[in-house]
Amino acid sequence: MRRLAWLSAALALVIAYPLLFSTPFQQRLGALVLLYAIAASAWNIVGGYAGQVSVGHVVFFGCGAYAAMGAYTHFALSPMVGIPAGILFSVVIAAVVGVPTLRLSGHYFSMATIAVAELARLIVTNTDYLGAAVGMSGPTVPRNIFDLSFISALPYYYLFLAILIITLGITWWMTNSRIGFYLRAIKDSERAARSLGAPASRTKLYAYMLSAGLTSVAGALYAMMFGFVDPESGLGILISVKMLIMAALGGAGLLFGPLVGAAILVPLEEISNSLLGGKGAGLTFVVYGAIIVLIARFQPGGILALINRRLEKRRKAPETIVAAGASHAP
Amino acid sequence: MSFVIVQVIVGGLLLGAVYALFSSGLTLVWGMMNVVNFAHGDFVMLGMYVAYLVYSLLGAGPLIGAPLAMLVLATLGVVVYFSLIRDIMKGPMLAQILGTFGLALLLRYSVFWWFGANFLSLPENLVGGTLDLFGIRIQASRLLAGAVALVVTLGLHLLLTRTSLGSKMLAVAEDSTAAQLMGIRPDSMQAVAWAIAAGATGLAGALIATFFYIVPTVGETLAIVAFVTVSLGGFGSVPGALVAGLLIGVIESLSGYLIGAIYQDIVVYSLFLGFLWFRPQGLMGNS
Repeated sequence: MRRLAWLSAALALVIAYPLLFSTPFQQRLGALVLLYAIAASAWNIVGGYAGQVSVGHVVFFGCGAYAAMGAYTHFALSPMVGIPAGILFSVVIAAVVGVPTLRLSGHYFSMATIAVAELARLIVTNTDYLGAAVGMSGPTVPRNIFDLSFISALPYYYLFLAILIITLGITWWMTNSRIGFYLRAIKDSERAARSLGAPASRTKLYAYMLSAGLTSVAGALYAMMFGFVDPESGLGILISVKMLIMAALGGAGLLFGPLVGAAILVPLEEISNSLLGGKGAGLTFVVYGAIIVLIARFQPGGILALINRRLEKRRKAPETIVAAGASHAP
Repeated sequence: MSFVIVQVIVGGLLLGAVYALFSSGLTLVWGMMNVVNFAHGDFVMLGMYVAYLVYSLLGAGPLIGAPLAMLVLATLGVVVYFSLIRDIMKGPMLAQILGTFGLALLLRYSVFWWFGANFLSLPENLVGGTLDLFGIRIQASRLLAGAVALVVTLGLHLLLTRTSLGSKMLAVAEDSTAAQLMGIRPDSMQAVAWAIAAGATGLAGALIATFFYIVPTVGETLAIVAFVTVSLGGFGSVPGALVAGLLIGVIESLSGYLIGAIYQDIVVYSLFLGFLWFRPQGLMGNS
């Protein structure tokens, strides 16, 4: 019950944010936090819950972004029409990568995902149909509302919020379903889970495909907001890095972990970029790298896991005292 | 025509020997501790920048640059082992991959921040121009790099199989508790393995720096090359890495020559994925 009250309070705050902080920079910042939270939450399904560290999730992000821009560039359709195509491509790629590698140890999966992402970037950079190195643009002047091309960040903010809620809803549903149950068992001990009859490879594959589809939606939204996609912004390895680090910092395998991570890192990056300009780009990723190393070394569960543990300790302590007192009562 | 093909193949073999050298570092650590170092390619990149600094500050070539790069990277390897790897090895898979991947970013973007994103290169005649061997023209720098890499990789194999140090490392890899009971300290052996692995990357980096482009993100490509080599050659196998490295060097050179330079990475990456599909245990593996 307390949890529900906290959640509704937090949701109210998130809904009110762009009205309370109404400068274009603040609204854009809010929209970006939500957008990265969607991508990182999608990564969390396979990276956090299934424990398979994908380092090439950007390939799905790129599928979505390129499908959205392609729908406009080649067919003069609304970029929205590209979303289902992006999801389809992503799920197929996930299956092709996942089927062989998810049977093996987690290292293979991580290596294969890097290779696929780089392969995709190289191929797209050399494919004229996809705009090669220049990329593709969306509608410069919105023809109607379905182009989802707005000057203000406000409509994007609420659009992203809705998609984030759907993403988290799907994640929550998954963790409480049979798949989520299997995933927890596999993460604890794959061998034990297998011997008890949990279809480990298949469950991991489903999680990967689900994660891929949702990531592609994030990519499509990104391309719509920025109005273009090129190999660096749609398929650069650093986008994978952002998803991974946001989820890991907030708490991989926790529902709100990626959102917390995004809420910390996106403002950090945007503010450091606006203060340092272009010179800051390298430095931002030095800091990112350092944060990842420190999380891995000292707090693999992320910030939320740390807070949860603290809360539990505090909650437990008085209970034991009460229980002890009760047993002494006559 | 046929002469050109031979020349391309020889060039591929020489480059492949360098691939084999740095990949044997990755395979050693992987086979011994079941840790994949995602920063491995960036270690090679650091070796390249050490060679570049040696040239730009002292005006010296690989004769000083290569041993120095080996030393610097070996030291870094030991530091990384004690400060990071030793702890994350025991942790969950997520921590392992995040730890070394974060290290990769840290190294890559520190160099990026310091040197900028520009392509650097060492002067072409640093190792003496081009040689003509029986009508095959080879850059002296490539010949030097390939020959040294081949000798060192074979030396590494002998070290692991013929010396008591090698046997101790093998014992730790096999069963670290049993090794400890026999009076071998797993901690020191693993630190030695990291020193060797990182030292090999430093040497390899300094060697290819004489003819390769030097850029902070080069480690990303080289890491994938190392992954391909190791998964092709089988884990923990230095001879496997040697054969696979040479093979990849030749395939890369041939595809670059036959279908165009921009496609050579595409061919290597596709090869890697193909192998994961059909033969994940590697060329020489047997299970």
